Amino acid sequence: MGNRILIPTPLRPYTGKQDAVEVEGRTVAELLADLTTRYGALRPHLYNEAGQLRSFVNVYVNDEDIRYLAKEQTPVQPGDTISIIPSVAGGAGDAAVAAEPPALSRDEVKRYSRHLIMPEVGMEGQQRLKAARVLCIGAGGLGSPVAMYLAAAGVGTLGLVDFDVVDFSNLQRQILHGTPDVGRSKLASAKDRLHSLNPEIEIQTYETALSSANALGLFEPYDIIVDGTDNFPTRYLVNDACVLLGRPNVYGSIFRFEGQASVFATEGGPCYRCLYPEPPPPGLVPSCAEGGVLGVLPGIIGTIQAAEAIKLIIGAGEPLIGRFLIFDALRMRFRELKLRKDPDCPVCGANPTVRALIDYEQFCGLRPAAPEAAQAPAAIEEITPIALKARLDRGDDLLILDVREPQEYRINRIAGSVLIPLGDLPARFGELEADREIIAQCKSGVRSARAAEFLKSVGFTRVRNLQGGILGWIDAVDPGQPKY
Amino acid sequence: MADQPLVLSGAVSAAIRAHGGEAYPHECCGALIGRDGRVTEAFALSNTTEEGPRRRFLVRPADYRAAEQRASSIGAELLGFYHSHPDHPAHPSQYDLDHAWPFFGYVIVAVAEGQPAAMTVWWLKDDRSAFDPGRLIEEGGAAALEDAAPGRLR
Repeated sequence: MGNRILIPTPLRPYTGKQDAVEVEGRTVAELLADLTTRYGALRPHLYNEAGQLRSFVNVYVNDEDIRYLAKEQTPVQPGDTISIIPSVAGGAGDAAVAAEPPALSRDEVKRYSRHLIMPEVGMEGQQRLKAARVLCIGAGGLGSPVAMYLAAAGVGTLGLVDFDVVDFSNLQRQILHGTPDVGRSKLASAKDRLHSLNPEIEIQTYETALSSANALGLFEPYDIIVDGTDNFPTRYLVNDACVLLGRPNVYGSIFRFEGQASVFATEGGPCYRCLYPEPPPPGLVPSCAEGGVLGVLPGIIGTIQAAEAIKLIIGAGEPLIGRFLIFDALRMRFRELKLRKDPDCPVCGANPTVRALIDYEQFCGLRPAAPEAAQAPAAIEEITPIALKARLDRGDDLLILDVREPQEYRINRIAGSVLIPLGDLPARFGELEADREIIAQCKSGVRSARAAEFLKSVGFTRVRNLQGGILGWIDAVDPGQPKY
Repeated sequence: MADQPLVLSGAVSAAIRAHGGEAYPHECCGALIGRDGRVTEAFALSNTTEEGPRRRFLVRPADYRAAEQRASSIGAELLGFYHSHPDHPAHPSQYDLDHAWPFFGYVIVAVAEGQPAAMTVWWLKDDRSAFDPGRLIEEGGAAALEDAAPGRLR
């Protein structure tokens, strides 16, 4: 005994004008396979070149969308009614008009020949790449491989947003830049590198900090935004601007040995806020500058982002939409989590409460425009490196408590300091003498301020924070030590 | 399909233009209901896209069903859909092509700075490779406006 599939108006010419067809199978996939075997001309309208159901084809089993059941593997009972229901979509779109795609020159044909001979790219896909406009936020760890591979692949217009200069500590992972570029603007360095890689493409640079004031204007002329940022306020800003403008957000992030990637803010797909509606409390998740990052990690995650951007442009394969990829370089393992669009998402849900860009520093609980060495909370008294040196020279009895990690302590330290990492402090504060004056210290003063707050909360009264941390100490007092 | 003209009653073409003007700067959309190639009703739908209604439109399955029900309730058929291109030519985009259904007429009305202008109709080729420009006849008014450059897309 079979099942009835209801055929929508535009497909009825392929089924001999019938509005329903009897088919057989145990799952939706089998029923559809039977249908397209009987009526082969239906196939290209239901499935894309990769054999997946097209995004605007909705299949219902008795009024239930199979997306919320087991998709095409949804089992079907005899007598269930299957409906194919079109979503009708369109619009002026990103490229105003589907104009004639740009032709490739002889040199370009040669350059892209390894793309051109694959059916998934081909001449048409390469022309789409040439017509495409991709904006990369950040020309650092993730931005380096993203921009280099997109330039090499022939993305016609590549935009880069950054405001930093190249530092020695960048070179361990930011392969856009070389040792002679230290001290140059990252964008100038990136432009040179990318043009030497591929002089055929156009590179637009925006030497500015991305903000709520400029994001929509910067994103508007681009088809795809690639997020290579390293902090939460900018990540939420990129996400929200992408949702508001209808641009896919190709997301990646890295920390120590772990990376994440996904594609957010596509039609019908989840956005970053569907996954993380609220940012973590400030300081809970350390930045790469605080926690470190394996140099090759952005290479892995950034190339995944580049691959996703290219797939979106040429329309091939299965994009990372509704899928959250987690990579662990230590175990060398990928995991994948399913993501659903949150109907109550404040930005992309049915009734959004965020309809314009907001103050993201405030949203993430940070003081406005906090510089790298953020100010310690007001309640904690600070001491400058110069004052600390003077007191040590005077012979004052001070305990210098270094709350960094042991591997940081091995790079540089203040002579005589005691090491208790911030995370161990709640278990180990008993080792400290309660009546002795304590100077808490870390790399730049953020972690030690939290350590001082914690010590005060458990009864220590004479606690101060070293302003600027070990970096401040080295600058003002002990320039012979290495910095990191 | 492409060789048969799509005829819009005077009321229908006025309704589509008015809808495009009202929705500006957003895109409007709706269903075309009638029979035998003549549209007698423009069934306005809400644009539910989450991609930014200034450059996209989306008709959800529930609205699609409502349009089919409306058509069958008046003994007519769904002949296609219309949408507007605010400040863009009445010419289908790559996105339109990627999302098109066969045998539906896709009517596009250009709306320039809030003023409805050229209207065109397009039919998807059987192999989905491109749209064929169609002939649009607006009853009680000028015949098809021919300012959208005909020709193949892609």
